[in-house]
Parts: sequence; C-alpha cells; structure tokens
Amino acid sequence: MKLHEFLPVVSQAVGRVGPNDWVVLSTRVRLARNLRSNLFPDRAKKNDRIRVCGIIRREVEALPQMAGGFAESMESLSAFEKQTLVERHLISREHAMRGAGSALVLSKDTSLSVMINEEDHLRMQSLKPGMQLQEAWVAIDEVDTALSKTLDFAFSDEFGYLTACPTNVGTGIRVSAMLHLPGLVLSEQINRVIQAANELGLAVRGLYGEGTEALGNLFQVSNQRTLGQKEEEIIERVGKVVNNIIENEKNARGLLLQNNPKMVYNHIGRAYGILANAHSISSKETMNLLSLFRLGFDLGFFPGVQRSFIDELFMVTQPAHLQARFAGKLSAEERDIRRADMLREAFRNVERPSMPSDPASSLDKT
Amino acid sequence: MICKQREARVHLTQIDQGKIKKVDLCEQCAKEKGVDDPTGYALADLLLNLGAPTESTRSTSTVTSCKSCGLTATDFKKSGRLGCPDCYAAFKEILSGLLESMHRGTRHIGKRPGAGRPPVVASDQLTLLQQQLAEAIAVENYEEAARIRDRIKSLKSADGRVLSA
Repeated sequence: MKLHEFLPVVSQAVGRVGPNDWVVLSTRVRLARNLRSNLFPDRAKKNDRIRVCGIIRREVEALPQMAGGFAESMESLSAFEKQTLVERHLISREHAMRGAGSALVLSKDTSLSVMINEEDHLRMQSLKPGMQLQEAWVAIDEVDTALSKTLDFAFSDEFGYLTACPTNVGTGIRVSAMLHLPGLVLSEQINRVIQAANELGLAVRGLYGEGTEALGNLFQVSNQRTLGQKEEEIIERVGKVVNNIIENEKNARGLLLQNNPKMVYNHIGRAYGILANAHSISSKETMNLLSLFRLGFDLGFFPGVQRSFIDELFMVTQPAHLQARFAGKLSAEERDIRRADMLREAFRNVERPSMPSDPASSLDKT
Repeated sequence: MICKQREARVHLTQIDQGKIKKVDLCEQCAKEKGVDDPTGYALADLLLNLGAPTESTRSTSTVTSCKSCGLTATDFKKSGRLGCPDCYAAFKEILSGLLESMHRGTRHIGKRPGAGRPPVVASDQLTLLQQQLAEAIAVENYEEAARIRDRIKSLKSADGRVLSA
C-alpha cells in the first residue's frame, strides 16, 4: 500500500480530541533501544544496518498492535513522502534523511510509530492527542515489553538501556508535549517559563524538535535526563510542569484581556484579515497567523468555527501537504500563492471575528 | 553569546573532560573568530579562552579505544556519539563525569528487559529525596521541602546511617 493511501486524511488526523487540547496539541512518549553486540547505526556498515533492520522489522511487524499497519524501508519512500511524515510528527527530521538499512513501521491509527535504524536501532513512539502522557506511556511500554521477549536489547545493570548518545542512556525515554502558548508569547512571559522549565531539567524546543524554531507559538516541552530516575517519575515530572504551563497560559490570556484587550483584538483581527485576503503567504507567516486565529477561537471570537478546522489548516498549509494537494512539485513562490488561494477559499465561510464590547466577558471562555 | 548584540546562528557543542561546553555566536562573530567550520577541533575551548587542551588529556584520549567497534575517545569527544553498546565499558571513565553532569544519577533504576524491576535500594531513595529537596527549595516550595525533609529524616537513623527501606 502507498503511504498516501494509508495515512488518515488530515481532517481525521487532527479531529481527534484529548484532555486540555486547547493548549496541549499532542503528547508523545518515545523509547530508544539497541540490540546487544551490534554497532549503533551510524557506526555500522550498510550491510550490517540492512541485516539488523530486517531482524527488527520482522518482530515489530509481527506485534498485534501493528496489525493493519504500514511498514516500509526508508529508501523506498520519496523525499516528499518523508516530509509528509515529518509534518505529521510520525518520524523525526533525522530519520527522513535516512535511506537503505532504515525503516518505518506505523500502527493502523498511526498512534504508534517505530523508526528502525535512526540514531539508535529502535526509536518507538506513542503519540496521543491532548494531555495523555500516562496513556502514551502505557501504550509504548507494552510494545517495548513485547519486543524485549524476542529482541536482545543492549542493557547494563549500571547504565540501563545503552544508546548511541549518552544523553538518552538509562531509560531511553523522551516524554514530550506540544503546547500552543500564544498568551505567554504575547504577554512576553514565555522566556521566563522556558527558563523555569530548563531549571527543572526540561528542554523547550520548536515545532519539529531539536534545533527548530518555535513557529506558530508552538513549543515542545520534554525531559532531558534519562538516567537515575524511573520512567514514572520522569512522566510525572513532565506532567507537573506541563500542567503548570497550562495554568500560566490561562492566566496570561486572562490578564491580557483584562489589561490590554485592544492589543489582543488587534492581533486577532489582523490575523483574520490577512488569512482571509492574502494572495501570497509563506508557511511561516501562515503558522503565526493561524496561531492568533486559534487564540481568537479559544476566546470565543469565532463562534461558527470548529477547532479541527484550524488544526487542519495548520497541517495542510505545510509545504509537503500543500504539494500533495496540488499534485506535483511547486516552487516556493508558487507554494505561497497556492497557500493563499487555499486559505482565502477556506475563510470564505468564516465570519469576521466578533469581539465583545465588554472585554471582561470573554475571560471565562478558556 | 560573545557580542550579545546579534542573533546567534553558530552553535558549538563540545565534550571536554566529562563536561559539555556550549558556545553560541552570531554569524559576524563566528567569521571574525574564524569559525566557518564548526567541526574543527576544540574550537569551543579556544573561543572561551579556556586554553588549548593540555597534553595529558590528549594523550589519554588517543590511547583509549573501544575493542568492539574501534571508536576512539577523540572520536567520541568530537561527535558526542558512541559506536556500540560495549563503548559504555570502554569509555567508562570519561562517561562517568559526563553522565553525572547530564542526568539525575549515574545508575539506572528504571525498567529492565523482561518484566522484572529492581528493588529500591534505601541509599538510592535517599539520593532521590535529596535531589527533590534541592529542587523544592530552588522553586521556593517550602511546604514540599519540609515534607521531603521529614521523609529524609525518617530514612536515616539517629546516627545518620541509612536504614534499609
């Protein structure tokens, strides 16, 4: 089956709901594992990578969780398909650059994704909508336990699961949440929040993980430490910080509306104006404006709109998704024009924002 | 950042004597310092004026290599990546300082292959509580700090010895 036939349509992929999804777009738990007595992927020769990939892929595909899923070697996927997977958060940007000797296995609902021969032999993730760290952990823990019965994982009593990079050793766990924080950005409190999270040993990154920009006021919060703590403690810690950030975001929005409602209205009104009327717009500008549109939705200014409509636009205006819609490779300029065309069309039925004349009344909407 | 004026675009990370060092530079500063190639050796040190790596650290690092995969300590320090599972034993000395600085402990206490989980050792529990205490104080959560302090007290006997849990 081809990837585009397998992947759920965007509206379905973004229509899934979860607790606190007004701030938490998704939560993810990832485990890194390696096979004993085998060189890590970047050190291994191509033939060894292909051999190890075959062994692992067979076991992963045989899991009951993967029934009806999708499995493919990375060399058989086009650059465009790989980019689509990155935009869906199903593979890392690093994995998208891999070819022969690396593979991907996805569960039917795409909530489970196993990357074979990324930086480690196995990178398996569970992705859930909204704030569902515990659920994501349970799902991936089961996959890991099942695989450990057939695969001999590299493990030491002292250091735990051994990984190519010592930053992942021990539990090999990365627990993360994707957060939409326009209130904290507009009120200029975001740096304070990032700093506080850093002090508690958590990393705050942009949309696509390591080394990426925080487009669209989207931030990924994750643990950095993996050794010397139990998985459950790490999950609890990340959960506590995320819940704290949710509270902060709520308060920031409330204060902004109380102290500076015109500034908020102005941002949201202008975002609507450009999204609904532009004839050329970059992916970056689109993300930032859609973020403000999403904030306006949260505050109740767009009563006729569904949240999934906004999240779908976030996805389909990304380069690979846009290209898929217009079948064929587009230049950056052409993409900006097509993106604007698509947005104008989508916004045809979106009513102008209705800001309350009394700003205080929109306070309780979040 | 060096100039503290422009946005940093060149980021250098280097592992030296078990510590991670990071330098962020804007493009202009990077050019001035001659850092067009961030893969160069020990650049972070030179930029930070921490002095060139001393002969002694160089000689120990070139001698050690992993027997299973041939990775040398120098390779590891450059890339930050290990070559195979056996590297953990081969570079144990370099790693121990490094792991201590990047993690909450140097001993794994989480899940193990197969269902079995290790028993909680009282001394591990104590270390954990002490870390939690420091954190609670750092964020000025004194109520939580007091609670943890009491738990530490109850773990220790009167003469300061750690009781088994």
